[in-house]
Amino acid sequence: MNALQSPLSWTRIRALIRKEVNDYRRNRFIAVTMAVLPVVFMISPVITIFKLPADAPASRIDTVVGLSLLYLMLIPALVPAVVASYAVVGEREQGTLEPVLTTPVRPTEFLLGKALAALLPTLLISYLMYGVFLAAVGAFAHENVVHDIFQAPRILAQLLFTPLLAGWSIWVGIAISTRSSDVRVAQQLSSFASLPPLAVAALVGFDVIKPTLTVALGLGLALLVIDVLAWRVVSTLFHRERLLTGGVKA
Amino acid sequence: MKRDGATTRTAAAPTGPAIVVDGLTKRFGERTAFADVSFDVAYGEVFGFLGPNGAGKTTTVRTLGTLLAPTSGNATVAGLPLTEANGVEIRRRIAVMPESPGLYLRLSVAENLEFFAGLYELDDRRGRIERALRAVNLLDRAGDPCRALSKGLRQRVGLARALLSDPQILFLDEPTSGLDPLAARDVHGLIDGLRRQGVTIFLTTHRLAEAEALCDRVGIMNTTLRTIGRPDELREQLFAKTLQITTRTPLDDPDAVFAGLPGVEGWHARTADPGGPGGAGGAGGAGYVLTLSDAELAAPAAARAVVGAGADLLALSPSHHSLEDVYLQLIDEDVEARTR
Repeated sequence: MNALQSPLSWTRIRALIRKEVNDYRRNRFIAVTMAVLPVVFMISPVITIFKLPADAPASRIDTVVGLSLLYLMLIPALVPAVVASYAVVGEREQGTLEPVLTTPVRPTEFLLGKALAALLPTLLISYLMYGVFLAAVGAFAHENVVHDIFQAPRILAQLLFTPLLAGWSIWVGIAISTRSSDVRVAQQLSSFASLPPLAVAALVGFDVIKPTLTVALGLGLALLVIDVLAWRVVSTLFHRERLLTGGVKA
Repeated sequence: MKRDGATTRTAAAPTGPAIVVDGLTKRFGERTAFADVSFDVAYGEVFGFLGPNGAGKTTTVRTLGTLLAPTSGNATVAGLPLTEANGVEIRRRIAVMPESPGLYLRLSVAENLEFFAGLYELDDRRGRIERALRAVNLLDRAGDPCRALSKGLRQRVGLARALLSDPQILFLDEPTSGLDPLAARDVHGLIDGLRRQGVTIFLTTHRLAEAEALCDRVGIMNTTLRTIGRPDELREQLFAKTLQITTRTPLDDPDAVFAGLPGVEGWHARTADPGGPGGAGGAGGAGYVLTLSDAELAAPAAARAVVGAGADLLALSPSHHSLEDVYLQLIDEDVEARTR
């Protein structure tokens, strides 16, 4: 049976997620990345919006709100990229990859476990930051700004694109991680590679693409398909022999 | 070690050989890691795989552990042909402890084992972890982060991890590498305990005393498999049985003394270690080496003959060749063959 067609073991995937989350909590670099970056990306747009005068023209409000929401989108784009890029190369560097590969875990399970372990805290943090942002704006911003931000399509786009952007960043990060031999290089490359989908979000945010429900769902579906395909493609890239020998003719 | 939690897999003892390797070869591009290797390992056997650095030992373990695909040849591991399709099932039946235990240092000992128990989809995880830790005498360190453990203790955690799934075959790759003698002795004790319980162990090492003490059979590898057998068999194959005799003064006519003795095929004067006690040519005596066909007949006859010739017999001892002698002999032959 083809490895991709084999049934997934959720026991193994859960074990991976639990281990990863435990490891993140005690990894200072990852913990700081997950805690500090999102706060920065949330505080900055809040300050910008608070600075808007009450009589600001609608077009100015639209631009600032669009930029602010785009800034918030950096959280699901960048936070998991840092974590995901560590997924494989980090294990290899600390010598834990070989023992894991000697277990019955399949590449699809290993990668899905890694991806979900990066996705879950990202979603939690991203939605939490978005919630704090909405609460702060709702409580203290001018009414016309609040009206602009609390539009259903904007909220829907934010809720929908957060996991999909995170998914893209995670798979790109893991793909780079499987091919990289250095954690820092993998993290830098992943951070850059996580940004392109933000262009789409930016176009929606700046009303270049009209944020209708159809557009939001269409773009969301496209990103979802890309994320699922990415999982499959990265699984085929996951080659035990190359990962162990580092591609070197050892 | 108690393994009362052993699964039905262990209870229903598997039949046939644990490992069968037939003409297995692994190449990385132009470079040959090992070539045309054939051997088998029985269930319950401790098989030592010896060889110098770069001999292909670890690559063999990785290949049999389904981590690397062989370039050619066949093998059966734990009753299953070594194919990509059987990879998951083979890995379910075996456990591999790499040279470096590869622990998650930020996690506790128990968390490390819990993770691997999950990857093996084991039931009664808590019980299994407890038994595995008790087996390696680490139950009281279960909550400690692995980074707080010494290298020897980390090696023990690695061993506990390998025992979690009650594997049919346990591959141990250089388990005492880098350990101090005390920690190495601990690991030897654990392996010996497993051997007494009938666990099949495939042990790669270049510590020859370790192999001699622990292994039922050994294979000596240097890209190709140079020899295989029980340590005593290998000694006999490579070295003739000899008897070393030391007298206070040289014999007047040694040929007359030793020729025709029962069980003795020939003799020569010992020249090595002239300054040593009883060394030939030294101030304190003369040495002779008798080549034997039957040690039990030869030793008393030689003693009587030397005394009968009027010499003072200082020492009479059968020669002892260690596994190290066998190993060095074979590897030296390889080096000579390559430089020729």
